[in-house]
Amino acid sequence: MQIFDIFLLEAVLNGLLLGGLLALLSLGLNLVFGVIDVVWICYAELIMIGMYAIYYFYVVFGWPLLLAMAAGVLLVAVAGAALHQFVIRPVLGAEPINQLLVTGGVLFFLQAAATLAFGIEFKNIGVRLPPIVVGDISFSMPRLIAFGVALAGMLAMYVFLKRTYLGTAIRAISQDRGIMPLMGVNPNRIFIFTSALGGGLAGLAACLLVLQYDIHPAIGLSFGPITFLICVLGGLGNMVGGFVAAFIFAQFISVGGFFLAVEWGYVIAFVFFIAMMFWRPQGIWGGK
Amino acid sequence: MNAVAAKSSGAMLRLEDVSAGYAGFQALFNVSLEIRPGESIAVIGPNGAGKTTLLRTISKLIGVTSGDILMEGRSLKDVPAHEVIALGIAQVPEGRRLFARLSVEENLKMGAFLPAARPRHSERLKFVYSLFPRLQERSAQIAGTLSGGEQQMCAIGRALMSGPKLLLLDEPSAGLAPVVVQSIFDLVRRICAEGYTVLIVEQNIRQVLKVVDRAYLLETGRIKSSGASAELLASDEIRRAYLGI
Repeated sequence: MQIFDIFLLEAVLNGLLLGGLLALLSLGLNLVFGVIDVVWICYAELIMIGMYAIYYFYVVFGWPLLLAMAAGVLLVAVAGAALHQFVIRPVLGAEPINQLLVTGGVLFFLQAAATLAFGIEFKNIGVRLPPIVVGDISFSMPRLIAFGVALAGMLAMYVFLKRTYLGTAIRAISQDRGIMPLMGVNPNRIFIFTSALGGGLAGLAACLLVLQYDIHPAIGLSFGPITFLICVLGGLGNMVGGFVAAFIFAQFISVGGFFLAVEWGYVIAFVFFIAMMFWRPQGIWGGK
Repeated sequence: MNAVAAKSSGAMLRLEDVSAGYAGFQALFNVSLEIRPGESIAVIGPNGAGKTTLLRTISKLIGVTSGDILMEGRSLKDVPAHEVIALGIAQVPEGRRLFARLSVEENLKMGAFLPAARPRHSERLKFVYSLFPRLQERSAQIAGTLSGGEQQMCAIGRALMSGPKLLLLDEPSAGLAPVVVQSIFDLVRRICAEGYTVLIVEQNIRQVLKVVDRAYLLETGRIKSSGASAELLASDEIRRAYLGI
């Protein structure tokens, strides 16, 4: 009985850490949707690009790891801005389905391009962080870092959106795009900035994922759907909701996996998602 | 050109034969008008006359197809919409258009978004709150939950936060209860008294003519007549068509 409790506690704590990672993943996608009203279906592929970038900067070019990561974040931020300028902007006034298809097209383009450029073999940056053991419980170090970074990122984002002029404009533009010029705001510049920020968050996620996973052209498929589901569960565009949903989802995966098999954790989580879509289609945190 | 420059000296805003419209639909035909510093004028006319289009054209939200708009002698031809406010033209749009999920204070903050306006944010906030003490009481309230009159105050306050020379007001009385309409016109009178140059567009002709110095009558996109408010109030044309006397 004693042992059982400790393993359950470990599952809960690991779920908490997984929740941090999922929360960080959903942050950028939610930001972009909340502000620009466009879903980046290719969001996880931006993360994949970031992972490859870090791999090349660190392993191939031999840069220090933190520099490689910073450069990776910057590169994905630029990719996010470019995605808006060249792909989203021309369809900004189009039907939502067209916007979805266009970013879906970018998803396949990036996957195919990555396959051609980097090959299909798995790559690894070869950094292995030891798990942290407290008593009988062990934590994955990368997940602990991801958890900390996700909390810090969320907090920084909150302060930025609440306190600064630019942050207030980002919240305002999602409510009324048409009158922003009357405030002296160039809407396109806000969109480009938001896209770069969303890209930068994808880059940040890439930094944490390269510590835990091998890199391959289809890795986006491992994170893309779950990121999207979490955003929907929290209410698309609602960053606080996405944050809460990430932790709930992670607990289903982790604790469900503890009682049954690991795969069952995902099954339970997705059944929960489907049930929630019937019960609260606006998201658990959604108001409208 | 010299003659034009001489003529426009003294005018703060000057519209010269401005035509404008939307895709496939012309809404303004050769509209000319001018506003001198410190003056308050109204553009009156029936629904669909092009009054809102006129203000949207001045703010460059709609392109000018022919003619020119001059602010203090400077042509707005190549000025994009988001730079118009930097020239001192602030607009309170039709329907108020507050950011409904931002607080009152955040809405006012958006009015001071211009980098040039930011250092004077707290000073102007104080001024706006002195003008509308009600807004100060509700500063943390979400703008969407304000009453109609309070929302109009907030929209006017937001426009004042940029420190404009010229304030454009689009139908400030629309959609408000009669009692509130009266208080909004009192507010407009106070803003004029503060020395702001005001261009107000209204359907509520009787009320607005009591507030402004001069007015232009706009019908189907054309200026039909203009004159001092008292003159227009007394004119048969206006009395018969708009005041129902």
